[in-house]
Amino acid sequence: MSATAEAMAQSILPTAAAFSPVGPTVIDCQLEKVFYGDFLAVRNSNVPIEKGKITGFIGPSGCGKSTVLRSLNRMNDLIPIFRFEGHVKYHGQDVYGKNVDPVVVRRYIGMVFQQPNPFSMSIFDNVAFGLRLNRYKGNLEERVQKALERAALWKEVKDKLQKSGLSLSGGQQQRLCIARAIATEPDVLLMDEPCSALDPIATRQVEQLMLELKERYTVALVTHNMQQATRVADTTAFFGVDISQGGRTGYLVEMGETSRIFEDPQEELTKQYVSGEFS
Amino acid sequence: MSDIDLTSRPPAMQPLSLERRPFELRALTSGLLTGLTWGIAILGSIPLFSVIIMLVAEGGSRLDIEALTALPPAGFEMGGGFGNAIIGTLVMVAIAAAISVPLGLLAAIYLAILDPYSVVAGTSRFVAKTLTGFPSILAGVFTYAVLVINFGYSAVAGGVALAVLMLPTVVLAAEESMKQVPQKMTDAAFGMGCTRSQVIWKVVLPTGLPGILTGIMLAVAGAAGESAPLLFTALFSNYFMSELMEPTASLSILIYNFSAMPFDNQIELAWAASLVLVLMVLVFNILARLIGQSKV
Amino acid sequence: MAVNPFQHADSASSISGPPSGSDYLADSIFRVIALSCASLIVVLILYILWEIGGLALPAMAQHGLGFVSGTTWNVGSQEFGVLPEIWGTLYSSFLALILGGTFGVGIAIFLTQDFIHARLAAVFRTIVELLAAIPSVVYGLWGIYVVIPMLRPVAEWLHSELGFIPIFGTELSGPGMAPAALVLAIMILPTVAAITVDAFRRIPYKVKEAAYGMGTTRWEAILKVMLPTASSGILAALVLGFGRALGETMALAMLIGNSNQINLSLFAPANTLASLLASSFPEAGQIEVQALMYAAVVLLVITLIVNILGLGIQQYTVRKFEGKA
Repeated sequence: MSATAEAMAQSILPTAAAFSPVGPTVIDCQLEKVFYGDFLAVRNSNVPIEKGKITGFIGPSGCGKSTVLRSLNRMNDLIPIFRFEGHVKYHGQDVYGKNVDPVVVRRYIGMVFQQPNPFSMSIFDNVAFGLRLNRYKGNLEERVQKALERAALWKEVKDKLQKSGLSLSGGQQQRLCIARAIATEPDVLLMDEPCSALDPIATRQVEQLMLELKERYTVALVTHNMQQATRVADTTAFFGVDISQGGRTGYLVEMGETSRIFEDPQEELTKQYVSGEFS
Repeated sequence: MSDIDLTSRPPAMQPLSLERRPFELRALTSGLLTGLTWGIAILGSIPLFSVIIMLVAEGGSRLDIEALTALPPAGFEMGGGFGNAIIGTLVMVAIAAAISVPLGLLAAIYLAILDPYSVVAGTSRFVAKTLTGFPSILAGVFTYAVLVINFGYSAVAGGVALAVLMLPTVVLAAEESMKQVPQKMTDAAFGMGCTRSQVIWKVVLPTGLPGILTGIMLAVAGAAGESAPLLFTALFSNYFMSELMEPTASLSILIYNFSAMPFDNQIELAWAASLVLVLMVLVFNILARLIGQSKV
Repeated sequence: MAVNPFQHADSASSISGPPSGSDYLADSIFRVIALSCASLIVVLILYILWEIGGLALPAMAQHGLGFVSGTTWNVGSQEFGVLPEIWGTLYSSFLALILGGTFGVGIAIFLTQDFIHARLAAVFRTIVELLAAIPSVVYGLWGIYVVIPMLRPVAEWLHSELGFIPIFGTELSGPGMAPAALVLAIMILPTVAAITVDAFRRIPYKVKEAAYGMGTTRWEAILKVMLPTASSGILAALVLGFGRALGETMALAMLIGNSNQINLSLFAPANTLASLLASSFPEAGQIEVQALMYAAVVLLVITLIVNILGLGIQQYTVRKFEGKA
């Protein structure tokens, strides 16, 4: 394929119209290409994350929404065959810059995972983990209590802080993981389908928690559940899968205020997805 | 077995039988094979019971304070014991553990977490597996060539020979238990901004500890019972050890030496020493199991 | 060390910070140490080969391949040949493999194919594991005072009635091939049983279901489906058990009679490479040590070939079940 033909092929690929949030942007993800080995997993997705808001990532499975989220704090670097092309600007600085240590990035951009994953240590030590990691010199007990209170878990565990974190129920474990992530007060919190392993009641509690967290943190949330996006997200990014090139490449289809995405989608694909025609 | 002919039989007149037919050939073969398997299982466990009975009967009758504390008797001498051999075995196993556990653990960390797919990791994993099937006497031959020729027979040489044997067991067991730490836990630690070493020290090692300790205990148990590598590294001594760089007695070599002697007293002592050695090995084995079960 | 481009991030309340210099230093030092330890294992085996080879070199140069085909071991005339030892090593291991292999595989079938309640199976598994925990010298002692006296009347009868068959061609005067191989079989049984159990466990449950679903009896399922499916794993178990038998030393040195001869008879004394090393090394002079080192090289080569073969088969089995082969 000649250079011009390739450029033409590039130009006809569908891409989302640029979206610029009203408020200040904390993370500006300018993703060009993400590869796993030779497989192009995600392409051309510009996702700005607005400060103090919840940005929801929705889309069918395999659309790369989790990959994009995990690219923001360089968690994907743990996969040897992962390759990222583009920029992720965090307060204007490129997370994928030459001299940047991914370890430092993850200290500022915390993460809550799909499966609750407490360490096999006491509840207290789980929450204090990040504080100790950062050599926090202040009052450890106070910080741990504050984080557990904010994660709406304090009342349930205050009498058994020395018990193993693994002894809690699934919903409690996930709130423990949230407490662990927010104890160090990271700037941004990434949540990768945090409710997918939880029952409806626990899901409600965690969603309630997200709305409260938004007061202090910027949150990016991947969810498979459209209702959850409408309930908690201020801004929604819809990802689709492009099979036109013979592969299964995810890309950003449309992004905007949640109410607009769900009530007045501009793209045909978004329309079909939010009306439940495919998932 | 083709006695059911579905095409020609009028179904109503001769109903198909689903009942057991215990004297049919397939049933008889099955019964025979089942009996054979039971026989093998029972026959296979006889040696263990025979060994245990002999140890308790022959060894137990001779086991007393004197046997545990006295020095080995010479020739026609009566009485005596193997106190120096107990100490020698314990000291040499301790030396072996002090060498092989830190080395093996660090190597396992590299193999399991730091760089599992590198050439170095692949090669050392293969070498460790090969070394586990290594004849134990070759560890003795090697130590003889490296240490004994230059420094003479000693407890240190015995310990080094045992360490060569323990190392691959420790490496492989520790690697296995570190790999069993769920990836979601290490992901969580990386997500908090841990460096790789911090992930290892703060999460992987504490979580995998029971398994690692089990592996170490089993390696120690194996080393305590070994004799071939000690034959010409530690040699033997009829006296209590006064320093690490002299020939040293061990239970297993004492049993080997005494078993061939034409004196009843020595043979009784060999049984008593065997009982002590087996108990020692069993204690480490049981400890290993207990630790392994105490998982979260 | 990487710079921290985020120090101006406006997170006044955050206590997050980059790892300290000492954290980075500890990380680098730790990685280097771990890498050296992993490399050390490789260096160790090279060093072992180098040292043993180096000491064996004079003997190798002097005796050449005649060492492997020679049948005399005479320190006085400086004649060294290990053919009887090679024969004894292979013969005893082979006999042990037949006996220990049959029992090991039988016990593995017994433990995995629902013959007994799971709790009872655990008891049997413990018994087999304990068999592996008993030290070699203790087996040697047990062999001398239990196995040999027990075998003697049987051997006498076999020799007098069936003495025309070469394997019963001599009398059992005391130590010999039969008691050595019998004890060796008991010693490799746990290895064979454990690896075979693993091979059976790796078969997906649906395979067993499919067999029963076709209307097989339990034994038809075992013989026609389970055994063939587990066959490469069982082969690995047998090869690794054989490798273990080749290198076993103490029990053999105590039971085989340490006699330099090649004899088919089960009741004749014989010798193995490992027990030659064990019995001759402590009193050997310099020339004999060199010859013994050569014998060690021969043993090393034989066991390495067998073990690498076994590991290869085992790895192939694992891959087969992971669908990569």
